[in-house]
Amino acid sequence: MSQSATPAFPKHLLDFRDWNRTQVESLLETAQMMQEVLSRPVKKVPALTGFTVATVFFEPSTRTRLSFELAARRISADVVSFASATSSTTKGETYKDTLRTLDQMGIDAYILRVDAAGVCHQAYAWLQKPIINAGDGWRAHPTQALLDAFTLREKLGSLEGKKVAIVGDILHSRVARSNAELLPMLGASVVACGPATLLPGSLPGASLTTDLRAALAEADAVMVLRLQKERMDKGLLPSLPEYVAGYQITEERLQWAAPRAPLLHPGPMNRDVELEGTLADSPRSLVERQVANGQAVRMAVLYHLLVGKKG
Amino acid sequence: MTFKSKLLSNEEVRRALTRIAHEVIEKNKGTEGLCFVGIHTRGISLARRLVDLVEKFEGKRVPMGILDITLYRDDLTEIGLQPKVRETRIPFDLNGKAVVLVDDVLYTGRTARAALDALIDLGRPSRIYLAVLVDRGHRELPIRADFVGKNLPTARSEVVKVKTQEDDGEDAVELWEMEGA
Repeated sequence: MSQSATPAFPKHLLDFRDWNRTQVESLLETAQMMQEVLSRPVKKVPALTGFTVATVFFEPSTRTRLSFELAARRISADVVSFASATSSTTKGETYKDTLRTLDQMGIDAYILRVDAAGVCHQAYAWLQKPIINAGDGWRAHPTQALLDAFTLREKLGSLEGKKVAIVGDILHSRVARSNAELLPMLGASVVACGPATLLPGSLPGASLTTDLRAALAEADAVMVLRLQKERMDKGLLPSLPEYVAGYQITEERLQWAAPRAPLLHPGPMNRDVELEGTLADSPRSLVERQVANGQAVRMAVLYHLLVGKKG
Repeated sequence: MTFKSKLLSNEEVRRALTRIAHEVIEKNKGTEGLCFVGIHTRGISLARRLVDLVEKFEGKRVPMGILDITLYRDDLTEIGLQPKVRETRIPFDLNGKAVVLVDDVLYTGRTARAALDALIDLGRPSRIYLAVLVDRGHRELPIRADFVGKNLPTARSEVVKVKTQEDDGEDAVELWEMEGA
């Protein structure tokens, strides 16, 4: 048997600043192979036997945590879970002390979700272990962007020259930020669209517009973001019906995009708010495919961040 | 690495594969339930060749799959580089089949061990055979091949390179010496 090696990977996945196109494409290729593993009768391989990963979620999440935990188990890592609601952080323990305490238990990698941007970077400085950002504040959610890119490539083939429209609450969206970072690296252009009060001053990697028709024009894919209803209490939106009238993705508005342009949504979804409910279940929707692909992508991330590191 | 000698020529590789194909048919008493699974990379080319030969001799095409054993390696935590995970594709039901696993070189036996684990996760064959073009010795596990093209005793400092028409433009087995050995 002859064997080739993949390019050297960064030691963490905090965002895509330390990643290049070759590394991302190689990771997506590995995810493709992990899909095959997930299609087998025995959906498990022994690659990470002997490794322990911790999911450390200082912010609630169900789908991301379960997806990571299953991914880790499918690749034979032991998994420990930490949720801040039932931990010493409720007694005032700091992020740093919590993580350093866990580190004494022989953890090999951390999957970290926090409500504050920058903690993942700090965690890497404190622990010098692979850190996977599972969402930090509004800043980044890189594995969501990777699974979005993977799903889009699966549907569209290459992303080279493709236009992706991201619609919704861009201002508060770490998903939008990570996708704006990643998709252009893979050759796509990104336009982010929402009401002026839900747009940031700038979004590196994307152009911004409040004009939904312009955003969707010739778009090869449309990514819809959850409208965080709590934002309305803060005066960012005049009313829900007004948002729906201006920005909901409907069958009719989807005609503005390229024919058969697929529809993505990172979930959880507010049916009939940001997206017409029937569209979510239509053949154009990749929402369920995104969830399925999330596991394969996370298996690939864990594989690349952990394998070879003890050598 | 320094080239030392050519161990098998194009013609000798062809003859070795022809003999293996005959032995497989003989051992399996025909092609009933027979299938081939090639291990990346050159095992795939060799398995394809064996499938063609079996068809030539028996008039029946038997199924073939490809297997990547990367995720089953027992040294993944020790190595410095990350091996690339490649495609595994077994487009038929392995249950009850007589599988001939095909690799180019049998050396420590660790690849064959990983391949057995990978295969068993994919189904329950009635029988698994191992066919290799070259057995160079130095086993670290109690594994032996059922079909061997050529036994070639080697030193650990030497490297056996199998070349195939499909992957390298020629069929050959070469002996190389590692630098500084």
